[in-house]
Amino acid sequence: METAGPVPSWDEQIHWRLAQGEETALAELYDRLAPLVHGLAGRILTDQTAAEQLTREVFGQLWEHPESFDPRQGSLRAWLGSLTRRRALDRLRLDHTDDRELRRRAGAARAQYVVDSLPDPLRETIALAWFDGRSYQETARQLGITDQAAKQRLRLALQLLATELADEEDES
Amino acid sequence: MTRQDDDRAAELRHEAYRSLLGAWALDACPRREAAELAQHLALCPDCAEEATRLRNAAGRLSPDEPLDPAGSLRQQVLDWCLARRPPQLPVPAWAAPYATETAKLDALLRDLGPEEWQEVAELPWYGGVQRWRPAEVLGHLTAVDGYLAPGLGLPDPVPGTAVTAPARVPAQHGPTSRPPVQGSPAAGVLERTSRLLAVQAGLAPGTVRAQWRRQGHALVRSAALRPQGGATVDFGFARLPLRDAFVDRAFECWVHGDDIARAVDYPYPPPLPRHLRLMVDLAVRMLPVALAATRPPVAGPGRVLRLVIEGPAAGEWLIPLDGFDTGGPQVAELVLDGLEFCNLVAAHRDPDRIPAGEHGDRAAIREVLRAAPLLSRP
Repeated sequence: METAGPVPSWDEQIHWRLAQGEETALAELYDRLAPLVHGLAGRILTDQTAAEQLTREVFGQLWEHPESFDPRQGSLRAWLGSLTRRRALDRLRLDHTDDRELRRRAGAARAQYVVDSLPDPLRETIALAWFDGRSYQETARQLGITDQAAKQRLRLALQLLATELADEEDES
Repeated sequence: MTRQDDDRAAELRHEAYRSLLGAWALDACPRREAAELAQHLALCPDCAEEATRLRNAAGRLSPDEPLDPAGSLRQQVLDWCLARRPPQLPVPAWAAPYATETAKLDALLRDLGPEEWQEVAELPWYGGVQRWRPAEVLGHLTAVDGYLAPGLGLPDPVPGTAVTAPARVPAQHGPTSRPPVQGSPAAGVLERTSRLLAVQAGLAPGTVRAQWRRQGHALVRSAALRPQGGATVDFGFARLPLRDAFVDRAFECWVHGDDIARAVDYPYPPPLPRHLRLMVDLAVRMLPVALAATRPPVAGPGRVLRLVIEGPAAGEWLIPLDGFDTGGPQVAELVLDGLEFCNLVAAHRDPDRIPAGEHGDRAAIREVLRAAPLLSRP
């Protein structure tokens, strides 16, 4: 988990560098978070061209207005995920997508978005075990962690996912 | 055994089962453990309740991982952004190929599964073929990229290397390479590589990848602070201006990325045309060095060959055959595709079989074709 402290987190460093206009910061940001933004956009819009266009816009927004992100309010990953999801749903509304379809796509993207927003160690672990279909022992070996740590991460990741999804159902 | 001992043992088993619930909900535990857990769930309402909760959460996960963005999207997004807000600190044009090629290789590595990290890639060069796993290729790239580190104020990743900052010299123009010092160029490179691989042995591939990537990011960032690119990098067997050294490293990253991609049977696109052109240009400027290594220099203006590169990196270059002076008579013209030329320079093509347009002195053309792979290194 990236926490505030005497050593600036990756989020804080990249945010500061974006504000300074460092092209390398933009590239590093893209390399780390493009799979999240593009994946989420693709899942909601179900259209490759539209997903690529939205990816350009989301990164453009942060590059042009780095001040719109505040590292004290949460992680950059969560912020970009939320921005992507909002913009993608806006686009569907513009296309007059009916409400039921809109809710269905938003719901499908929700779990993805929660997983994408998990801290890196949890996200990597769940991706190997779920998407790649690995056992927790294989997952542990791949990540260079103990079996016990892999089990803990999988359990914690699902607990967080369950809590987030329950919160959302309460809201709606 | 006392009753207290029994309770303690039961508590430990309960904790062990409980810690397995996440893996179980994701179908990520072996059948035997899953069966034991199922027995426990029938007896333990606490665990059963959490199991249901986690199973439901797992049920919301899509079965497929989202599609990775196409490689070509990266440049589109960066260009889109930079057109809207010009960077205060741009990446110099000569460091751009390295930034792009390292990102491309990293995107390939992101997709490698555990078995693919165990595949052995073949890395041909003129002196033989190295056989390395992807993580070892990364160690090799890290070690050789590390030649650039001290001059940029970054730590050398290879242990036991005397850190001597190379002397700064003014930016050079024209041919920038000089004949290699005595000894095989490969020896120093392989020695550095094996020293780093020894340290990295036993590390998870992800750790090796992160180390390579971190150094790459730091190198490009440091380059952006030195847009002139005039500092000299000492590779041991050759000294190159920083701007050429970055193009050299981009070239090797592409070639070895392609070596890894072949081993795991993934597609691997070529460099962008403008980057390929910088790589062709550097190789052409190095060719006289390779030619000189094959025989003694000739006094007076020597022969010149016109190299015509076709394809996306199209252009024309004059190559002196008997020294470094391009003022002599033009004796032949050689026409090659840009990618094929680079593959030849990387010793990934047979100089006697490469498809080429040839006009004029056939012997001169053979000399150039056969000298090109001498520029290759592990």
